[in-house]
Amino acid sequence: MNSQNLEEIGKKENNRQKQYKRRIFCCTSTACLSAGAGQTFSTVNQSVSACKCAENEAEVVQTGCMGLCSRGPMVRVDYRDGESTLYGNVSPEIAQLIIAHHLPIEGKDSEIERSSGDVASPHDMLHFRASLREARGKKGLEKYIIPTDLPFYSKQVKVVLNEIGQINPNKIEDYLAHGGYKALTYVLENLTPEEICDEILHSGLRGRGGAGYPTGQKWHFVRQEDSRPKFVIVNGDEGDPGAYMDRTVMEDNPHRVLEGMIICAYAVGATNGYLYIRGEYPIAIDRVKNAILAARRHRILGNSVLGTDFSFNAEVRIGAGAFVCGEETALINSVEGKRGMPRIRPPYPSKSGLWKAPTVINNVETMANIPSIINRGASWFASIGTEKSKGTKVFALAGQLRNTGLIEVPIGITLRDIVFEIGGGIPGDRDFKAAQTGGPSGGCIPSEFLDSPVDYESLTRLGSIMGSGGLVIIDDSTGMPGFARFFMDFCMDESCGKCVPCRIGTVQIRSLLDKIISGKGVAEDLVKLENLCKLVKNTSLCGLGQSAPNPVLSTLRYFNHEYQAIVQPSLPVSSGND
Amino acid sequence: MTANKLASDMMNGHQSGDERFSVIDRTMKRFKYEKDSLLEVLNSAQETFGYLSKDLLFYISNQLQVPMSRVYGVATFYHMFTFVPLGEHNCIICKGTACHVKGADRIINAISEEFCVNAGETTSDNLLSLNIARCLGSCGLAPVVVLDGEVSGKQTPEAVTNRIREIISISKEINAEKVEAG
Repeated sequence: MNSQNLEEIGKKENNRQKQYKRRIFCCTSTACLSAGAGQTFSTVNQSVSACKCAENEAEVVQTGCMGLCSRGPMVRVDYRDGESTLYGNVSPEIAQLIIAHHLPIEGKDSEIERSSGDVASPHDMLHFRASLREARGKKGLEKYIIPTDLPFYSKQVKVVLNEIGQINPNKIEDYLAHGGYKALTYVLENLTPEEICDEILHSGLRGRGGAGYPTGQKWHFVRQEDSRPKFVIVNGDEGDPGAYMDRTVMEDNPHRVLEGMIICAYAVGATNGYLYIRGEYPIAIDRVKNAILAARRHRILGNSVLGTDFSFNAEVRIGAGAFVCGEETALINSVEGKRGMPRIRPPYPSKSGLWKAPTVINNVETMANIPSIINRGASWFASIGTEKSKGTKVFALAGQLRNTGLIEVPIGITLRDIVFEIGGGIPGDRDFKAAQTGGPSGGCIPSEFLDSPVDYESLTRLGSIMGSGGLVIIDDSTGMPGFARFFMDFCMDESCGKCVPCRIGTVQIRSLLDKIISGKGVAEDLVKLENLCKLVKNTSLCGLGQSAPNPVLSTLRYFNHEYQAIVQPSLPVSSGND
Repeated sequence: MTANKLASDMMNGHQSGDERFSVIDRTMKRFKYEKDSLLEVLNSAQETFGYLSKDLLFYISNQLQVPMSRVYGVATFYHMFTFVPLGEHNCIICKGTACHVKGADRIINAISEEFCVNAGETTSDNLLSLNIARCLGSCGLAPVVVLDGEVSGKQTPEAVTNRIREIISISKEINAEKVEAG
């Protein structure tokens, strides 16, 4: 198998897809599945087969996230000539309406009795045909149509999510038909490892896991190490509550992640790699494993990748539910089968990582950006975003909003655009109160900063972080001290216990918050709280402890009046001035 | 002698003859009994048995030649490993940020109150376990509940308690029939 073969497979699949007059895409991502997409998918399948129309009339495609998760399950009907209709809230009944609207019912019922259906028994087929005929006359399908010129879609720029919702994640052919693995074949044939690292460095891509370290720089460090072997790890331990970007990418386009990972391995000289995926993501684990098998079959992984003398093997490692494993050195310990506790840095993983070997460790989304940067060039990528933060960022938009779901926006977009244009504003007559970014490591941004750009530097200045991409919007029904306690609870539970400030500090912060929220706190407690937070932030060993106080600090900063309102005035002597 | 015994253990699997141990044996074989594979082996054990009993942990410790202290240390570090069997039905409430904001606590309280069970525990009749998940990542559909493996979004306290009441009453009937028949 070489690059030409791959291209041919892609072309063949493309031609195969073009023979269908319509292709019906059903989202079967985790979010839609929890809204009942499983049943919708099987109803669509059975209804289409019950129509008994010619083979080339329609194909049903199981695909990934179409973004607007709050309107799930979603179904899209694409015609060969370019016409496309997107439907939301598709229950099995609505699915029948959709099929009845788009597909003719061919053949006679009497013939059905004799031929047996593919997905349904003759008896069921007849039943479906009857319901489809009945559905045909019905009105009301319009209100399930989602206009694709909604700001929710038009304000987005898709790079990482480009093929998601267009392809079947379990078919490598589909990825190839959409230009998949072209970047890999290009770098293998045309670029030296050094040139690849340079290209990534020039693109300005920064780690999407939260810290925002320049990816090209990291790769250069590992490339320059002499010791062998070297490893690549993809960090898919997305533990932030309220975040599911990486899961969606792994579930709905695993080959893009793999392609980025293989390019990285070639660039740094690694021979083995691991994709560390959260145990809570069984579908992602399955699909990535499938993708690895398919890639091996096509000689994209294994000895002599695509006929070159470069060899690379990738395996999946499953996490078992520890938030701290998102920290790179803790994750490395976990891959080694140990307790996931962070190591002291330096030495950094680029020098001494997995089994003390030089290791690149990048987040899923970072890896998924790589193929696009190679295909379209570093300068194209650098043209998106702000001066210091390039490209796009995927956010999981959730909370008190009209439209919630998965979005990809150019870095530097304002928070206002995300909340009121893409998110459609706050439902009911409630007001926007704060945007929480970065999960338990981030902070709350109040309405006066709605117009600040969303990039690494601005968010840090505001006391929050870009984080991995959780973005939860809260309205004025949520009290901030309680919200801060929610995150502190989380960090206290998840503290690994290795360093004292984090282990003990989080407990103490939590009990202070308890005291304050229960109304027993005095004004001095707020000072104590702030000092304690700063102490934990400045002295903890790893990112978990260093960022755990952020939710408290940012709410103390922006919503101080809510804390003041519930503490008793200073006792026994007042400070005098108030 | 010990070496021989270990060798024969490795050959024959667990002495109980429980078929499920062969699943774990296969995992260990796949990783060539490397000590580094401990987490993978524990994952496979949790999936196969539903929880990690002491006997099971000793077996893994013995087979991988990793001290029990380390096996126990690793197993207790990660949230997904449990050490007691679950009840007949398992209800998992997502308590991620989005679900929290949208009222997951109200669902948890409603269940705790009606079925007398705390989060992380199982009812005394062993019919229902109530568990909390960090985040199931279906935030667009918050609050999310998983009842016996079936994930559903946009839940309310009433809807969830009604469904639990239903499945529990069915289980009670079945169990009563079993007792009568037995």
